[in-house]
Amino acid sequence: MAKVFMYSRFLRLWHWLQALLVITLLVTGFEVHGTIKLLGYEQAASYHRLAAWTLLGLWVLAWFWHITTGEWKQYIPSPVDRIIAMMRYYGLGIFRGEPHPFHKDRWHRQNPLQRMAYLSVHVLIGPMIWISGLAYISYPYWSQYGISGLSLAPVAMLHTLGAFLMLAFLIVHLYLALSTSERPFGNLKEMITGYEETSEDTSP
Amino acid sequence: MRQARLKMRDCARSQPKKLVSALTIALLAVFLSNTALSAAADKDPSTADHSKFEQLKGPFADGPEVTKACLGCHTEAAKQLHKTSHWTWAFENPVTGQMLGKKNVVNNFCVAAASNWPRCTSCHIGYGWKDGAFDLSSEVNVDCLVCHDTTGTYKKFPTGAGHPNYEPKKWPPKKGKVWPPPDLVRIAQGVGKPDRDNCGACHFYGGGGDGVKHGHLDSSMHKPTKSTDVHMDVEGLNFSCQTCHSTGGHEIAGSRYAPKAADDKGIDIPGRTDNSRATCVSCHGNTPHGASANTKLDQHTDKVACVTCHVPEFARGGRKTKMWWDWSTAGRKDQHGKPLVIKDSEGYDTYNFKKGDFRWEANVVPEYRWFNGRIDFSTMGAKIDDSAVVAINRVNGAYDDPDSRIWPFKVMRGRQPYDTQNKVLAVPHLFGKDDDAYWKSFDWGRAIKAGLAATGQTFSGEHGFIETEYYWPVTHMVAPKEQALACESCHSRDGRLAGLTGFYMPGRDRSEWIDMIGALMILGTLGGVSMHGIGRMIAARKRRKS
Repeated sequence: MAKVFMYSRFLRLWHWLQALLVITLLVTGFEVHGTIKLLGYEQAASYHRLAAWTLLGLWVLAWFWHITTGEWKQYIPSPVDRIIAMMRYYGLGIFRGEPHPFHKDRWHRQNPLQRMAYLSVHVLIGPMIWISGLAYISYPYWSQYGISGLSLAPVAMLHTLGAFLMLAFLIVHLYLALSTSERPFGNLKEMITGYEETSEDTSP
Repeated sequence: MRQARLKMRDCARSQPKKLVSALTIALLAVFLSNTALSAAADKDPSTADHSKFEQLKGPFADGPEVTKACLGCHTEAAKQLHKTSHWTWAFENPVTGQMLGKKNVVNNFCVAAASNWPRCTSCHIGYGWKDGAFDLSSEVNVDCLVCHDTTGTYKKFPTGAGHPNYEPKKWPPKKGKVWPPPDLVRIAQGVGKPDRDNCGACHFYGGGGDGVKHGHLDSSMHKPTKSTDVHMDVEGLNFSCQTCHSTGGHEIAGSRYAPKAADDKGIDIPGRTDNSRATCVSCHGNTPHGASANTKLDQHTDKVACVTCHVPEFARGGRKTKMWWDWSTAGRKDQHGKPLVIKDSEGYDTYNFKKGDFRWEANVVPEYRWFNGRIDFSTMGAKIDDSAVVAINRVNGAYDDPDSRIWPFKVMRGRQPYDTQNKVLAVPHLFGKDDDAYWKSFDWGRAIKAGLAATGQTFSGEHGFIETEYYWPVTHMVAPKEQALACESCHSRDGRLAGLTGFYMPGRDRSEWIDMIGALMILGTLGGVSMHGIGRMIAARKRRKS
């Protein structure tokens, strides 16, 4: 039994705040979209705007953190053979009870598929949502900004598509995070305490 | 007053010694606040007491004699009134150039004033407009009293061409109540500024009865409650009509024919703007909701008229308004051969042999249209297309027009007679003692022929009935803010703006494609992780067994 420090305080704060905000945005967003009824349109829209600005602020901090700490390197895609090994594990090995092909440490926290998934959340789905979201939220000022020829429909559609992608990510993320750890809810505990508990002896 | 009452309540709990002095203070406060109230009731009292005027001692034989006395001092009053549409019943629309006004338009109530003058002109501010030959240059025929009576006893007789009855007379004829003649001397000596009752005498009863025409102006507005009209609330702000419909030289601001759909001038400041307070914006500005309100509200004023949210329904004062009038069924008799009248449980005519079928409604949700202030009318004699519903007036506006706002309308619908050969709306001669009058002989052919002839048109001899609609902008009965529409009234799939297409509105609109792709993606993901999870559980169990 050993404890390995894995997730820094900021990373955990970022993760949980982001989780709260993303879920808030999904729920209120789908209410504004007319899919569900929960808080009423006015409240849903207000909370959506508040959460959106907060998340944007958090993302700015997170980008700064990633760049200045070198954490961004953890998102560099892995070589193809390692990606294939990971895919083989989720597709086959995990059913056979094979050991995880990837061993994480403080500076190699993410397996090759996680690297790809989180990279696309940060550089594709995220920007797709916040760019369309900023356009959406500033709609009343378009004419003042000299924006013409753009209508709200494509902006709203892109934003909605981003929301669906984010929701799909969240589902897969929850499934893997909550079901693939060695101990029950091990990953969840790690993300709260910051320490990974392993049975292996990790001392050098 | 309220403070005083609070004090009284407080002192009931305090010691008896203090009671006396507290009571004194309270009574004093009541006295002072009452004086303040009565002063507030008329902050601008007249400098003249008309009861002291020699010229108004009378006696007066008729209305024009009173007017002559008024004009003795108010030398320019009649000339001023002669320029107003209250007098001319004609209005040149500054936007379209169309000649409108009661003299020139047709509607889908009693259709037209022409050939029915003495009945319709009981709401004209003059005396004696009984036929097409009325002299519009006559000064003594201006009726000062209908607007300036403060006694509440001056009434124009319904069939008197603008005159009150000078002898006791029954209305309705034969079976009705006796109308005593008005005391012209007392009325003339009591003249003052018009109040809601003066304007309301005509404007609350347009279309032939209480609330018939507008739906947002009816007898409930004589003394409206706060929930009926937040500005005119007798217990509250108690506005008169002129508080908003500002006046000067007998010209009155605000026009239904050429409304200001968007007021970019903002709060009306003397010297800088048009000195008209007939828009909401002229007092409230274009960012009226305040710093504590949701900022989204102020962001709606460039697209949504104030009244759209703040008049959630019209005919809210407990009176119904007429929404449908089908002339084609008029003239029926019951099984005993007597003229048929059917009333609903609340006493509203749903059928009247003189007029046909009606539908009445209270608390009506308006219909909404983009509107930039331009209304095109199909005026008297205009060719109509009888293959579809005829729009007697058409409101203009569009989503991408910066001068347009979403506006609420009462849309009056009905069926009315028209000349099927010449394709013009009929001008039915309804009222009169002659046998051509529809309400005398119930012969459409004769009534239409006479009516068209009176407006210089010829009747082909063939008539039919055509469905028409008429848009009335809803502007009155502004509700307290608590009753204003909530976001989802419009921002929902089948909300109030479901019919106003051509632009994307959150909550109402969506791309069905993206929603379908999204739903498939989410279902696929859920299905995928479920199967993966179940597969792992089965595999783990097998491994344990072996």
